[in-house]
Amino acid sequence: MRRGVLDLRTLVAVGLLLCYGVAVLYSAGQTDVATSASGVWQKQLVWICVAFVAGTVTYSVSPRVLEWAAPPLYLFGLFLLVLTLVIGTGAGTAAGTKSWIAIGGVRIGQPVELAKLATILMIARWLAARREAPQTLREMVPACLIAGVPFLLVLKQPDLGSAIVFAGILFAMLFWAGTRPWLLFLLASPVLSLLLAFSEWTWGLWFVFLVYLLYRWRPYLWEGLTVLAANVVMGFIAIPIWRSLAPYQQNRLLTFLNPTLDPQGANYQAIQSKVAIGSGGWFGTGWLEGPQKRLVFLPAQHTDFVFSVVGEELGFLGVLVALVLFLYLLSRLVRVARRATDPFSSLVVFGVAGLFLTHVFENVGMTVSLMPITGIPLPFFSYGGSFLLACSLAIGVVMRVGKDASLIGYPDA
Amino acid sequence: MSDFSPSALDQRAVQARWVLRVAFFILIGAFFNAQILEHERYRLRSEDNRLRAVPLTPPRGPILDRFGRIIAENVPGYSVKLLAPDVASLREALGRLSGVVPVDSADRAEAIRRFQVEPYLPALVIRDATLEQVARLEERRVLFPGLVIQAEPKRSYPAGNAVAHVVGYVAEVTEGDLQARRYHGAQIGALVGKSGLELEYDSILRGEPGMRYIEVNARGRLVREDGAAPPRPPEAGLAIRTTIDLALQRFVDSLWPAGVRGALVAMTPDGQVLALYSSPTYDPNLFIGGISNETWRTLRDDPNNPLYNRAIQGRYAPASPFKLAIAAMALRRGLVNFNSTMPEPCRGSFQFGNRVFKCWLPGGHGRLDLTGAITQSCDIYFYQLGLKLGLDNLLRDGMAMGFRERSGIDLEGETMSILPPDVAYFDRRYGPRGWSRGVVLNLSIGQGEIDQTVMNMTRFYLALSNAAGAPEPYLVRPRAGTLRKIDLTAVQLEGLRKALVAVVDHGTAAGTRNSDLSVAGKTGTAQNSHGADHGWFIGFAPAEKPEIVVGAIMEFAEHGTVVAPYVVKTIRRWYFGSGADLSQRVRLLTPEDAAPLPVELSDSTVTQGTAP
Repeated sequence: MRRGVLDLRTLVAVGLLLCYGVAVLYSAGQTDVATSASGVWQKQLVWICVAFVAGTVTYSVSPRVLEWAAPPLYLFGLFLLVLTLVIGTGAGTAAGTKSWIAIGGVRIGQPVELAKLATILMIARWLAARREAPQTLREMVPACLIAGVPFLLVLKQPDLGSAIVFAGILFAMLFWAGTRPWLLFLLASPVLSLLLAFSEWTWGLWFVFLVYLLYRWRPYLWEGLTVLAANVVMGFIAIPIWRSLAPYQQNRLLTFLNPTLDPQGANYQAIQSKVAIGSGGWFGTGWLEGPQKRLVFLPAQHTDFVFSVVGEELGFLGVLVALVLFLYLLSRLVRVARRATDPFSSLVVFGVAGLFLTHVFENVGMTVSLMPITGIPLPFFSYGGSFLLACSLAIGVVMRVGKDASLIGYPDA
Repeated sequence: MSDFSPSALDQRAVQARWVLRVAFFILIGAFFNAQILEHERYRLRSEDNRLRAVPLTPPRGPILDRFGRIIAENVPGYSVKLLAPDVASLREALGRLSGVVPVDSADRAEAIRRFQVEPYLPALVIRDATLEQVARLEERRVLFPGLVIQAEPKRSYPAGNAVAHVVGYVAEVTEGDLQARRYHGAQIGALVGKSGLELEYDSILRGEPGMRYIEVNARGRLVREDGAAPPRPPEAGLAIRTTIDLALQRFVDSLWPAGVRGALVAMTPDGQVLALYSSPTYDPNLFIGGISNETWRTLRDDPNNPLYNRAIQGRYAPASPFKLAIAAMALRRGLVNFNSTMPEPCRGSFQFGNRVFKCWLPGGHGRLDLTGAITQSCDIYFYQLGLKLGLDNLLRDGMAMGFRERSGIDLEGETMSILPPDVAYFDRRYGPRGWSRGVVLNLSIGQGEIDQTVMNMTRFYLALSNAAGAPEPYLVRPRAGTLRKIDLTAVQLEGLRKALVAVVDHGTAAGTRNSDLSVAGKTGTAQNSHGADHGWFIGFAPAEKPEIVVGAIMEFAEHGTVVAPYVVKTIRRWYFGSGADLSQRVRLLTPEDAAPLPVELSDSTVTQGTAP
């Protein structure tokens, strides 16, 4: 039996991102007045070792085993999320939320990161078993439920950022399974309705547009009506939902829409981050030298806003290098997904790509006020064991799928 | 066709890659916008974020005397400031600070008020800290994370009391001052001149404050005091050289009898003020570093009002020295010459209407010509000369000679001298029948509706001493450069000067006669309804070709002859320098020259004169 070939390029991309990340984390700890971030780079190095072991484990496990284990893993993930809601604690900038599980006062992890992986496996298993992409909205319901349950549980923590990640995973995998894009669009329409409902005018225009699309694409009648009804309901419940949001979430959304709203309050993070990034210019202030970082103007500079340090100290070129590395990694993932030996493996890899893309886009976008501020980490950069572990487990699976694909798998087109 | 067929996957892989490219393009675009297109804006924001500008006090320009000696200079001082993120932590830091150095509750309240006005600047706590206080604070620096100790130039007046009314004083600009045109360009916290030359030439002396930058962190805590950004050094104010002779100024201060209120000005015939002194005086150094409320109250509530500059603000009846003006008016109009006599010789009193006006010499001077009348200061002669001149002409000429003006000296706060502008003034003031032409008699001897500052009267004597006319007195430079002329021929001026020399030689000021230096001058005794009369003396020397003119008044001195020796000593000190022989006693031959108040004829006390 031939031995598979390791996808070295993907591994190199991951390695470079990890090195880059540790270097930036080290810098993030170098402040004029010591912060809790000062030693995290060392802990991160320990976590990278742990993560390497974890990745090796998933690398050595056959995707078949994963497919078999998907339902119990998924249920375990849900159990952890429920447990988090009951006994969870907050931490750091998200001190008011329940996203951590702690034993004896020691925080041991954020279950949501593992739940994301379990959800990817579960959706992949379900989609792969169908062999055929969902053709109607109704056929997507099970997939939506698989992603929706953890989505709601996470939203309850509340952790909007991670909740969005579940949506990102779901859409990415439905797309990869072959679902028609317009169907995905209809699926997403109630969310758009929700967002646009803050003004009668935008919602009205959106609704007219939607009716036109339904007429154009002609789904099943009852499905079309359901989509319309969902949109109407969303339009009506937008305000109650808004009211149900925690004030900090409301503020984040409001200041995202209008960054000058309250510079010292809710929007402080967004503005400080953008000031740090903008002051970086082409080449940045130099590694370790960023004054905004040094003087702790940057919020959560070692976790959620670690990319602001890249922007300030390494400038646009540093940002470009990081983003190109991410783009390269994601392209490699698409390639691996394309070449995977079976639909399950392919879907899992693409789901991982969806996970990474959502994280990168949301996290990096929020540092430049492109996206609202939600506390979600940047893969390979942000300090945090759970997420690094989740990433390495995912990369392990990807490497395994890539290796298997080099043995057999679909030939190149 | 399976959804996982290679071709279907290829198609979706292409789509997925496009989605990726678009997503990353958007991200890169956003960073390009923030980091490249808006870089400058955010760079400035970043500086604003971390840098706090601390104004650097510019050294105030020194004030020098005519020989370059220092009247006002700067010495090193220290200010203590506190940088705080909010009022609560400032209050707390002030509390701890007052345990180390004395900071009373008023200072603490003031520091908090400053902080509230400019929360991003370190709040000034002590403007003028002693070296010992600075050392104590430096030792405990760890206790005060926001402590900023800054070396600041501090004003100093080495001559202190002697120069107070020349230089004035400086104090921190108030918010109200900032609106005033005078303090244009001054910034909050700046020291500005509040009086005297410091005020008059503030814009020249003040200089341009510099900036240095201290670095703070996100909590507003001081991180780095130096090297955060290159400082902009302050621009020192320009020096001004005055016309003052500091040695003479000090001499006058030492000469002046303690406890006597009054003023003395000395100047050259072209208007350069050599000395300007007002008594009582104060120490302008008291204002350095912020005057304490207690000291301020003491100065302000002192009944002798030391802050009042009697040389330019005090108004006194000009008395006998004004007779020279009457003589000049009559000479100019050709009404008299130096040999003219008046219809009535002096018998000690003069009846006008139903009132009797007396001469200061109850026995009378007999028949005098103009020179004799000036020499003897005969009131009867000048009553008649005034009548001859007429009220209209007296007022008109008086206006032309500047008796209703300021002297124009380049010092802030000079008051206007008083003379009625025209006859209609009396109608307005007293009603058409409420006054008689007798007022002209009073005015003729410098009493009544006339009040002059020492400075303005001395300017008139400049005109007597300087044929070209009387320029504005000035300390640094003349304000407008106009001349006051009395339009007399050289012969007439010479005649008046001779008469004044005669005053000193034979007349009322004979005690001031000095063989080696001929001093011309005129005594005066200004009637004072509030107490003892004020004494005047205005003189110049050498009489033939004057080089210095000195005018002085002493309140409640009773007689002008009391003042004369001080003036003469001042003149001699200037003329002969520090080696001048001042020891010889000035003897007063005729101690009285004040005309008693006129009496109504119906009054039974009419014949009684006030005996000398």
